[in-house]
Amino acid sequence: MFEHILSAFLALKANKIRAALTMLGVVIGVLAVTLLVGVGDGARIYLDEQISGLGTNLMTIVPGRRETRGFGPPAGNTARPLVMEDVEALERQGSLLRGISPMVMGGGAVRYKGRTRDTMVLGVGPAFSDLRNMHVERGSFVRSEDVDSRRRVCVLGRTIVKELFGDENPLGQTVRLADGRFRVVGLMEERGTSLGFDLNDLVFIPVTSAMDLFNQDHLSQVLASARSKEDAPAAAEEIEQILARRRNGEKTFTIQSQDDLLKTFGALTAAMTLMLLAIASISLVVGGIGIMNIMLVSVRERTREIGVRRAVGATKSDILWQFLLESVVISSTGGAVGLGLGASIVLLLKRFAPSVPVALSPWIAAVAFGSSFVVGVFSGVVPARRAAELDPVDALRYE
Amino acid sequence: MSAEDADSIAIGEPLMELTDLHRTFMMGDEEVRALRGVNFTITKGEYVCIIGPSGSGKSTMMYVLGCLDTPSQGSYRLAGYEVAELDDPELAALRNRYIGFVFQAFNLIPRTTTVDNVALPLRYAGVGVRERRKRAEEALTRVGLGHRLDHTPDRLSGGERQRVAIARAIVTKPELLLCDEPTGNLDSRVGAEITKLFEDLNSELGVTVVIVTHDPNLAKRAKRNIKLVDGQVVYDGPPQEGR
Ligand SMILES: Nc1ncnc2c1ncn2[C@@H]1O[C@H](COP(=O)(O)OP(=O)(O)O)[C@@H](O)[C@H]1O
Ligand SMILES: [Mg+2]
Repeated sequence: MFEHILSAFLALKANKIRAALTMLGVVIGVLAVTLLVGVGDGARIYLDEQISGLGTNLMTIVPGRRETRGFGPPAGNTARPLVMEDVEALERQGSLLRGISPMVMGGGAVRYKGRTRDTMVLGVGPAFSDLRNMHVERGSFVRSEDVDSRRRVCVLGRTIVKELFGDENPLGQTVRLADGRFRVVGLMEERGTSLGFDLNDLVFIPVTSAMDLFNQDHLSQVLASARSKEDAPAAAEEIEQILARRRNGEKTFTIQSQDDLLKTFGALTAAMTLMLLAIASISLVVGGIGIMNIMLVSVRERTREIGVRRAVGATKSDILWQFLLESVVISSTGGAVGLGLGASIVLLLKRFAPSVPVALSPWIAAVAFGSSFVVGVFSGVVPARRAAELDPVDALRYE
Repeated sequence: MSAEDADSIAIGEPLMELTDLHRTFMMGDEEVRALRGVNFTITKGEYVCIIGPSGSGKSTMMYVLGCLDTPSQGSYRLAGYEVAELDDPELAALRNRYIGFVFQAFNLIPRTTTVDNVALPLRYAGVGVRERRKRAEEALTRVGLGHRLDHTPDRLSGGERQRVAIARAIVTKPELLLCDEPTGNLDSRVGAEITKLFEDLNSELGVTVVIVTHDPNLAKRAKRNIKLVDGQVVYDGPPQEGR
């Protein structure tokens, strides 16, 4: 066996240019696999990081029953909203929760000295800051007293500060939000974008003031986090029980965990990676067809050689293996080269363009190399069989 | 089939026995009877030329004798084996062990060194790499090419190429050297050298030499001529002058 592999390499060495050209298709195919899957994988890792960055063991409670299984009208959906009393009940009775924050979301214009910016206004509780891992840089975040006394105070994101205040110190100033006047008590630290959303373009106010401002008595959603990862399922269970008890046992709300989100996006990126893989495989198939053609030509050109080999003692299967291995060696070598190129490009991108989400996981290498091996086998079978089935007399007489 | 069986054949014992041997080809609906009822026996150590006009069946005979083709009818026994009964791996082993081929067109493998060309049969005999090289060098030295080990065929003259081919044929120390017009592509001086080489190998190594040829100079130096006409043996005996 080793013999055959060695002589396959020697045969390639004997005809370097042709071998190189034959390899090209597989080189490109494997390069495409490595890069496209690298992009898919990069996207997955990026999303994972983003979602994990939302906070730790985070759960979101939204009103309404969301059916995740089956069709048909939602059963008994009385759409009972979430209210502050729900949050208070969770705060009192929840034993597995690290923090909980009501949320009211709305849009509105912030004005200061004739400058205006349309932005997103979030009514939150004090725990929000820790839950979502978003902290103030100066001043203070929304405090419990602010919530209790429905104070008209606000905390501004970076973008808002830049747009409305420029170099001026916003702390202690008053901005207009819709028809209310809010005193600036805190400035958020710089945050990046998350899933395309600018986390600096936000105004935080006490959740109670937000209900006043938007003239509503219910919450948009409630954020909560479990004490630990292990407690997360039990915590969700506990929230469900507490809230259901307050609704005569009816589940008119839905608890979404970060895990659910990860799973949803995970399925999405996996589908994307698979699609990219399928596209890349097409180029691999084309490369394989190229190898097959050249191998067929090679078998014809070497007909005499095949006759001689048979005459001096080669069996049909010796000839079969010779050509099959030659094909596999060409393809695998092409695969190795393509993988090397792809890996270099990925590593260069990571180094010099870190914002491009690419990744190089070992399984890509295995898939890329493995598939070039398989391509070699498939494109070698037909030529090798043709070579093996040649009649030795005809082969020796071939001109 | 083991190598030991071969060593039991002594000089003068029958090596090849042909009994009412036929070889018929189908060309569409038409039967071409290339060999029709051939009988002869060649013993170990003989030096035989098979002669005859073009189309008489010489090449067909050579392929049958070389176990590259099998008879349509009748019997061919080589070293005691009934060739028609063997399968592909057995035939390959038989060729490898008992027969060395020399072709008119040399048939060396291009872009492959002399020594690797010569060592090729040993590879199919399962001989290790080092041993192969050693024996190939010995065979090349025997044919007078010990100084051309790492040349590729395209850098050798016709006579040298045929010597390499002969080295390849004798490297396995076969019982039978089967040659198809070995001097056909060579000028007469080089042809005479090659003829001399066959004679030496025959007398020194005791290898049986069977040559298919048109060349009267080659034929008359053999001890026995077998003449084919239309697929049948019309003469079997010592070379005839002027025929
Ligand atoms: N593979 C084949 N198919 C059909 N006819 C063949 C084949 N090989 C040889 N023949 C025929 O058999 C006859 C003998 O051919 P061959 O053995 O080549 O003669 P020679 O070598 O003496 O010139 C010729 O008529 C030739 O056409
Ligand atoms: Mg002929």
